[in-house]
Parts: sequence; structure tokens; C-alpha cells
Amino acid sequence: MNAILLHKMDNVVTVTETVPAGGAAVYFLDGIEKKEIAVQEIPQFHKIALSPIARGEAVIKYGETIGYATRDILRGQHVHTQNMDS
Amino acid sequence: MKFKGYRRSDGSVGIRNHVVVLPGCICSAGAARKIAARTEGVVYLHNPNGCAQNSMDTALTLEILSGMIANGNVYGALIVGLGCETIQKDRYLEAIRRKTDKPVYYISLQEEGGIKRTVEKGVELTAAMRREADFCQREDCDVSELILGMECGGSDPSSGFSANTVLGNTSDRIVDLGGTTVLSETPEAIGAENVLRRRGLTPEIGQKLYDTVKACEQMYLDAGEDVRNTNPSPGNKAGGITTLEEKSLGCIHKSGTKPFTNVICYGEKITKKGLLFMDSTAYDVASTTAKIAGGAQVVVFTTGRGTPVGNAVAPVIKVTGNHDTFTRLNDMMDFDTSSSYTEGIPIETLGGKLLDYILAVCGGQPVKAEDEDFCDMAINQLHSYC
Repeated sequence: MNAILLHKMDNVVTVTETVPAGGAAVYFLDGIEKKEIAVQEIPQFHKIALSPIARGEAVIKYGETIGYATRDILRGQHVHTQNMDS
Repeated sequence: MKFKGYRRSDGSVGIRNHVVVLPGCICSAGAARKIAARTEGVVYLHNPNGCAQNSMDTALTLEILSGMIANGNVYGALIVGLGCETIQKDRYLEAIRRKTDKPVYYISLQEEGGIKRTVEKGVELTAAMRREADFCQREDCDVSELILGMECGGSDPSSGFSANTVLGNTSDRIVDLGGTTVLSETPEAIGAENVLRRRGLTPEIGQKLYDTVKACEQMYLDAGEDVRNTNPSPGNKAGGITTLEEKSLGCIHKSGTKPFTNVICYGEKITKKGLLFMDSTAYDVASTTAKIAGGAQVVVFTTGRGTPVGNAVAPVIKVTGNHDTFTRLNDMMDFDTSSSYTEGIPIETLGGKLLDYILAVCGGQPVKAEDEDFCDMAINQLHSYC
């Protein structure tokens, strides 16, 4: 594994090592291994989207809203200051 | 679940059996240190305050020092004053007597007649207390009598996704067993006040949590600082934290999922069971101290980068989610949670192991900070020395 899902409601996971474009973020959901292919590089400790997040929709981590998409986010994209805010 | 602890006459339970010597103010610290150094089995509790403080800070100092002495881990204490300081003998003893009936003595340099006589008298008093303390025996105590303080400092990204997550699970377990856990560090909850509001046991407690965090933010604003403009810091952002909400959730995440049963003041005596919130500073040493003054017998301190924090009265267990920190700074670290993401060990498994570790420490197993004799001490200051 190289990624962490903090709550089953989350739509992002945190990668524990840099994942190159085309690489996989591998995490566990209820003990089952899951993979999310990165469509762009995800730097170490940053977030990758597990599902499409439309502009204005909530970004969920720890099972809570940590901010909202400021533009449409594709599944597998890097989620950070360029596409989300409080 | 049980651990072997000490039952005190005031009803509290301890996991250590300390005889403590502390200065009444900084001027007498040298004498207090000499007494501690000359008496086997006596711990020195540093106190930089006690004089030249305004009334609000004087009250804080008294609340914390009396609480430290009242902590179940302490058998008895000697306060070594100068004699002319703001907090006089009677005020110290009255504040302590409101919380505990344990043995407490006060001597001063000006009354005893200088350093040598004060040290001699102090050694006599503490050695006698040590002999009495050694008659105390550990007996079965229940986890429901345990108060765990939860703290973080020197955080890195692993704090949020590993160490704090594991501690949250341990906190849930202790609460389920009828025990008490305490979250604090109010400034670090700014941004998560709406989440906290939903976690009150009643709407009133939820509102109190929200109001406490908002009042803290207002205190910063009144001082000309907007926490929301400066957080997350550039370093936080480089480390993958995007918003203040995300940063704050990473911190309060270590309180697990249980409802908060009360919100208490800085250093206030802890009387309710369950998960509590203590309104306290983000300065980790001053916040750790406040929870111990409130009655926490043990503190779990999560850290990514690694800090050596210890305390004279209570063991501070250092937990890290960064394996490199655990190995490189091993004489500062007690528990490694990095297998939660390097080996996929479930958080629940590590949360159970951390509880087992805490109970072993409660039973007498020393932590690294105790091995190294690290006894840090700070009391939050609001208005003094201006």
C-alpha cells in the first residue's frame, strides 16, 4: 500500500509516497485492497481524488468536509490549492 | 480492564508515587533544586512563576501548581519559597487544600535563614515524606479511574494519517471502558469548530465547544492576527495540507469519535468521565502541564518530527507515525504507529496495542522521558511581564 483512506465516506486518499502519472495509489477499504490510477503526478502526502468532484462539491477527508472544489476535479487527479479551497 | 495503581486519601488514583519539591517562585529555584538533588527518589518540579504576575496570571499559576500537587501520581510535596513573593505561603496551601488533603509543606529562604538552613530543612522534610511514600502499595484499579491527556507537537504529515488516527481509536476504547480522555489545544481547532459543535453530548455542550474555539480565534484577531490568513502555513501546503479545516481535523482526529461530555478551563480539575475538551494553548508543554494539573495521570503525545517532552508528575508517552523518527530519535520515542501504512496493519489493531502499552506504563513501566529525566514545565501566560 502507498495511500491511506482515513474514513470510508472520503472522496480523497493521501499518498504516502510520490505516485507518478499512470501509477497506482493503493489503499485499503474495510480490509480490501483498492487501487486508484493517478492521471497526473501526486506528490508525497498529497491527496488524489477517488471519484469525480464537480465544482462546488465538498472534498471529504476524515469523514468531514475539508473544503470545496473550485473547478471540476477528475477521478485520479491531484486535489490541492489549484482546484479546492475552504 | 485493570492496572496497578496507588489509591490516595483524597479519592484520586495515581500511577506513580512521587514526592515533589518545587520553588514557590523563580528566586528560590536554586534551593529547591539542591533539595531534590540531595534526596533520593524526589522529583524537582520547575516553576518559573509565582511572583510579579497580575491577578489573572497569578490565578493560573495557582490553579496549575495546586493541580500538579493534587495529581494522584503525587504522594506529597514541598514548596520552597523566597518569602516575599506575590503568592504567599497561605495562598499556596489554601489552593492545594481545596483539591487534596495529602502531605504538603512550605518553607522559605527568608524564614529559614538562608540557603544552607533551607536546604537542610528541605532535605529532612522530603526524606521523611519519601519514607512514608514507600509504604504505599500498588493495588488493582480500573481503567474507568484513568484520565489520559492527549497532545501533539512537532507534527508532520504522518501525525494526521497515522499517529493521531491510532490515538483516536485508543481514546474511543478508554471511553468505552468508562475512562476519561482529554483533548485540548484550542487554537488548533480553529477551522473545525463546526465539526466540534456536532460532537457535543448535548446541543449545549456542542455550542460551548463552538463558542470556546470562536473566542480563541477572536483573541487572536484582537491581537491583530488572523489565523485563517497564516494557516495552513507554506510548509503545511508543501506537505499536502490544503485548507485550515483539513489541518485542524488532523489535530482533533486524535480525540476519536465519541461525544464530548464537557468543556473545562485551562488546568481545571477533571471530574466528569468520557471525552472532555480543555480550553488550552497550542504551546504543547503548557498544554500538557494543564491536563496533568487537571488530574491526567498519563499523557500520550503524538509527534512526527520528534520531541523529547516529559513531565515531573506524569509519564508522557511519545507516539510517532514516522518510522525514521522512531529509529533515529529512539531515545525520545516510545511507540511507533508507522506499520498502519507501511504494512497495512489495521488502525484498530494498533489502537488496542497502544492501550496495552499505556496500561503497562500505568503499572510502572518507565517511558523514555522518565529514563532521561525530562521534566518540562510551562504555564500559560496571558498578561504578565508587560
